[in-house]
This record gives sequence, structure tokens and C-alpha cells, in this order.
Amino acid sequence: MTLAIEVKDLTRRFGDFTAVDAISVDVQVGEVFGFLGANGAGKTTAIKVLIGLLAPTSGSARVAGFDVVTQSEEVRKRIGYMSQRFSLYDDLTPRENITLYGGIYGLSDLDIRARGTAMLSELGLMQVADKLVSTLPLGWKQKLSFSVAMLHRPAVVFLDEPTGGVDPVTRRQFWEMIYAAAARGTTVFVTTHYMDEAEYCDRLSIMVDGRIAAIGTPAALKAEFGVSSIDEVFVRLARPTTAGAG
Amino acid sequence: MVTQASSPVVIEGVRKTFGSTVALDDVTFDVRAGELFGLVGPDGGGKTTLFRILTTLLVPDAGTATVLGRDVVRDLWEIRKRVGYMPGRFSLYPDLSVEENLRFFASVFGTTIEKGYDIIAPIYAQIEPFKHRRAGQLSGGMKQKLALSCALVHRPELLLLDEPTTGVDAVSRREFWDLLHDLQSSGLTIVVSTPYMDEADRCHRVALVQKGRVLAIDVPGAIGARFPRPLYAVHGVPRHATIEALRAFPHAASVHPFGDTLHYSDAREAHHPPQVIAEVTAWLTTRGIAEMTMSRIAPGIEDAFMALMGDEPGAPA
Repeated sequence: MTLAIEVKDLTRRFGDFTAVDAISVDVQVGEVFGFLGANGAGKTTAIKVLIGLLAPTSGSARVAGFDVVTQSEEVRKRIGYMSQRFSLYDDLTPRENITLYGGIYGLSDLDIRARGTAMLSELGLMQVADKLVSTLPLGWKQKLSFSVAMLHRPAVVFLDEPTGGVDPVTRRQFWEMIYAAAARGTTVFVTTHYMDEAEYCDRLSIMVDGRIAAIGTPAALKAEFGVSSIDEVFVRLARPTTAGAG
Repeated sequence: MVTQASSPVVIEGVRKTFGSTVALDDVTFDVRAGELFGLVGPDGGGKTTLFRILTTLLVPDAGTATVLGRDVVRDLWEIRKRVGYMPGRFSLYPDLSVEENLRFFASVFGTTIEKGYDIIAPIYAQIEPFKHRRAGQLSGGMKQKLALSCALVHRPELLLLDEPTTGVDAVSRREFWDLLHDLQSSGLTIVVSTPYMDEADRCHRVALVQKGRVLAIDVPGAIGARFPRPLYAVHGVPRHATIEALRAFPHAASVHPFGDTLHYSDAREAHHPPQVIAEVTAWLTTRGIAEMTMSRIAPGIEDAFMALMGDEPGAPA
């Protein structure tokens, strides 16, 4: 298996509305892939299909080597997911969250304890391991949330705006965690509204009105559009009629 | 700081705690008439608490705040009539239509849509074709326009916007800021908060806010100068190896990725920039980073923010 994500002509309609319109994307194993687009462009719908929460109307998608429709259980075992809103339990401690999610992923008690302790010390959270998550600053919660999504060592992890509202230093530390995960072989599929973060991806796609309007490495996309930042590429694609007006 | 008697917002030594959490710690600043003033900083910095105090929804533990010349504790009813507030979370009635929401807000303030129409027209006209649709069924961008219309319909003298662009894509954010500039140029004073550092440039003046404290207040162009050392942009391939090699350089004071470049500052203050560039280039070259460029740059707001927030970002208190 060389492709972590393989999407072919994927379409999802809601009534008359085509949210995702025949998109095709391949993501390599170990790649950090940025999935960009304006609000309402269809990103969230596409991600929901990839993680098995929504069935495609037509086309196909394989994640970690399995079909998202016919082998959704196999897919779910091999993916991690972190939503844009904090996805841990605020009224449990970090350690209790780890135990809960480890159990859901089917890890043994021994694995949960060992991996949980390793994770907490790596994150520098040992001293707050038994305090309620609600007392932690947002940046720490987001790092913990990412680590929990990685607890069962998934082949592919989906991160939906993981750094929204996080301070600039913690935002960069979060990206170092992403790089470390990718270096260990996990494929990272990430959305963001920070255009500087788009530059950190190995490759990225920009979705406009349900379609993939551009795909490539940040350098190739900038060259293709003759601009110096992904921000400018994004503006050209998302508002072609007003490009340069702002 | 010069505090003018006519400043629409004057905050002096405001402190607010929730149990053992200090949400605001001795916050002092003023907002001048007709200004577009930004509160810039990450979540959890105290921005929302400050808005709640300015809108008279919370009482400070210590210090004073006046809004439009009135005290936020004693004169709350007078302030509420004259201020428009758009909270961070969508707080309209999802099962009322667009028009019903707007009419409700107008009536609460003793006015009508018609009387406020000219002020909301540039925004409301864009969603008016959907005025019979339930607010809960609007797209994110349309909800935002409706919320702004509801905050403006009673012709406030001061507009307070709590993170109106959080979670909004880069292009829609620009359009929203264009809208704020139009409103400001019609004479309205606006205070807006944002976690996006790049938006600070769209404000006349900004306060950088972190963990309940104001780190700096200035015009956006001057904030970068708060960065304490000369700053350099380094571009190297491969990128990650360049980061690690730079961090290993014994004189590195800070190394941060910024888009496709790295921002580097050197701990040796007496060193001249050309000397620093020559030494860092030699260091990276011996570590296998052959393809690289390095030049001195002017620090931006995000550089200054990271330097001012200190070494322990978001560490548990």
C-alpha cells in the first residue's frame, strides 16, 4: 500500500445541492496534506465521507487501504480524528480521558497505562495529569486532544482546524507534533484557516464550490499562480472576480 | 498614556477573577472616538471577559471602566442603549426568521428596522433576499451579517465585536474587515477582538492581550519594534533540518517557522548583522544546508507577540 488516501470522483449531494463535486485526491503515506477551502466549500462534508460518517453519493474513497463504504469498520480502526472544537471530556482528567479513549479504541489496560504515561510526560502534562481538563489552557487541551487521537497509532489522522484560537507559540509547537507524527509514518490530513500553516504542508489542495481548484506542493502552487504566498493563491481561487481588489 | 475625557472607552486598573482564575489583571487602556481598536490575542486571554464588562454584563472586582462617559456599574441602563454588541457565539433566535430577529432587536431598543435601515443597509441588503428564512438555516457568513445588522439597527455610538472572524476563511475575513472600515469611516467607534495576528494590521491601534494582561498597546506599525533584537529571515532546504540546525546554533535566541521561512534572532547583542549572517550561514553550510538565504527583516506583530508573551506559552498556571 503506497497511498494513505485514495479519492476518485467523489461526489456528495444534499437534495439539489452538490457539496462535494467529483473530487479526486491521492495522499501518500507519511505525507502532511493540507485540505484548504473557504467556509462552505465542502471540506467538512468531504472529511465526513473519508472518516465514514457520511456515505458518498457516487465515486469512491479508500483510507488506509480500505473502502470507506464497504469496509468502514476497518477504516475506523486505522484513523484518528480531532475536530475543530475540543473533543475531550472537560470534566474528566487527562489521565481519565486517555483511559476512556484507549478503551474505546480497544487497547489493553497495560498499553493504555504505558502509552498514557509516555504521552503525558512527552507533553509535559504529568503535573496536571489528575486535574480536570477544564482547568487547562486551550493550547494544552489541543495538544492533549491530538495525542489522544494518536493513542491507537492510527495510519491516518484527520485534524479539522486544530489550531484555531491557539497562541502563536503553541500553534508552532502543535505543528512540530504534526511533523513528528508524520516522521513516524502517520499520514496527516489537516485543515486550517491560517495561511502561514498552509506553507508547512508537504502538499495541499484548495477546494472551491465543491471542487478541487488546485493541488500541489506550496512551492508549485505559488509558481503556478506567480505569487509569493499561499494566501495570495487562496484569494485568487476563492474570489476570482475580486482578486487584487482587497 | 493620554486619557481624553471624550474617549468612548476608558479602562483603568480593571481586575476580574473567577475563583482562582485571574481573567483580567490590572488592565488599563482607552479607545479614542472614531477609532477601530483591536484586542489581539489567543483564546483564554481575557478578551471576552473585557467585552462583558464593557457591555455591563459583568462587574469588575477592582478598577473602573467608563463607556461613552458612563460608569459600567452605576450607569448600566444608559450604556446598554447606546452600545452595539456582537458576541463571539451566534446568539440570535434560530427558529425566528432573519427579518423577525432583526425586528425583535430593533423593538428591544425602542426602534424599528425602517428607522435604522440606512445604517444596516450595506450589510442587511446582502441577506434581505433571504429574510423569511429561519436564522438557524443560514450559512456561517450570512449568520454573521445578520448578527451585525442586529447589533447596529439601534444606531449605537460604539460597536463591540467579540471575535467576529474566528473560524472564518482567509478571504471572508478580509471582506469582513472591509465592512468594518466602511462602518468606521461613517464615524462609528469600533472595538474588535481577534486571535489572528495578521488582522492587527487592519486596526488603527491594537492592544496585545495574553493571560489577562495587556502586553503592548500601539499602532500596528509600531508594535513590531517591541521585538527586542535584530530579526532575520532564513530560507533553507530541507526545511526541517534547517530548523534543527538553527536551534542547535549556540547563539540562537529564537527560531520560529513563519510560512515558508524561519525567523531567527541572535542572543549576542553586540554582534553586527552582517557578522551574524556570515556566522549563521557558515554554521548551516557545515550542517548540510547548502541551499539557503538569510537577510535582516523588520519584526512583525506576531514576532513581537511571541517575544512579549515569554517562554512559557499557555503553561498551566
